Amino acid sequence: MAVSKWIPRWFYQLASPRWCYDITGKLLPVFLVAAALLLLVGLVWALAFAPPDYQQGNSFRIMYIHVPSAILAQSCYMLMAVAGAVGLIWKIKVADMVAFACAPIGASIAVMALATGAIWGKPTWGSWWVWDARLTSMLILLFLYLGVMALYAAMDNETMAAKAASVLSLVGLVNIPIIKYSVEWWNTLHQPATFSLTEKPSMPIEMWLPLLVMVLGFYCFFAVSLMLRLRNEIIRRERRSGWVRELITSR
Amino acid sequence: MNPKRKKRLILVLFLVFGVGVAVSLALYALNQNINLFYSPQQMAKGEAPENTRIRAGGMVVEGSVVRDQQSLHVQFDITDYAESVTVEYTGILPDLFREGQGIVAQGSMDASGVFQAVEVLAKHDENYMPPEVAYALEKAGKMPVTPKEAFNK
Repeated sequence: MAVSKWIPRWFYQLASPRWCYDITGKLLPVFLVAAALLLLVGLVWALAFAPPDYQQGNSFRIMYIHVPSAILAQSCYMLMAVAGAVGLIWKIKVADMVAFACAPIGASIAVMALATGAIWGKPTWGSWWVWDARLTSMLILLFLYLGVMALYAAMDNETMAAKAASVLSLVGLVNIPIIKYSVEWWNTLHQPATFSLTEKPSMPIEMWLPLLVMVLGFYCFFAVSLMLRLRNEIIRRERRSGWVRELITSR
Repeated sequence: MNPKRKKRLILVLFLVFGVGVAVSLALYALNQNINLFYSPQQMAKGEAPENTRIRAGGMVVEGSVVRDQQSLHVQFDITDYAESVTVEYTGILPDLFREGQGIVAQGSMDASGVFQAVEVLAKHDENYMPPEVAYALEKAGKMPVTPKEAFNK
């Protein structure tokens, strides 16, 4: 592969299972510490020190779990689809493994977003579940994750499974803008976004900062769990190669 | 990029683009059916089907809430700042229900043009603030109001 001068060498090295295992091994403790710190600080700040909402009182605090998990569930899906596409086009094994590792993590986070949403919905809206566009498209996201996981589980041949699952995740990619814009395109019970990268958040900074900390903490936590699963998967698939044998015998 | 990869890249882009177009056409065709509720304006124009279970959404008009002293019966108007609809409901209202609050009611129109609700849900907006801030904004008359687009998309 021709090495471009814009892309650092380690980026190419990520494509090799062995190097990827080494690099993620070095990154793992950094993200682990960051995730633990951010989540701890964020949770204490959000639950104990952030002011209550004028309408919803303390029940709005579930947002500090709900919003990060909803954002992350979508980011994780995009990563899974992009990794799947890279695997399809460039036939990079590590990309397939990343996509494989993303699916169960994303599914659990989507479940968390839906569950916290339901728990929040009961006291504020008066209903656990409403079939509005935002909630339904989020449920479809969960089903897409489950479908991708089922495809991986259904095929013994890893290359074939990766191909099929990548195509499904690419097809499902269309759902991401639908989730994001559902509250703007249609009449929904769900309120529009409070928190976005491009606009000024519609909440004061003492409510908004803990949310930012939580979002960053969730991303770091995701990085940790993704790297753990990825390293596990690398070892499993490369178990017959020399370096893995060496690694195991050296322990 | 070698030709094989290029071909696969084009194929992947075509897949994503094709699915995108197909889904957006379907959503465009279904546009009205995806809305969770009808706005008072749509109901006034006769866009809402009659004698079927529908949802209506709007802001509870200030000063329109009439509670029955003997029962849980309550009557109020909802508006999207263009038209308004009278709603009757018997039951427990959500905690967030108040005048000036967005709500979504499920029920049907009766012969006299009153919306008979069987379920009332509160719809809050994306603005969160501490009580002190809300109090100060209220005093200054700068409280953010739910825009009318919230009920007519």
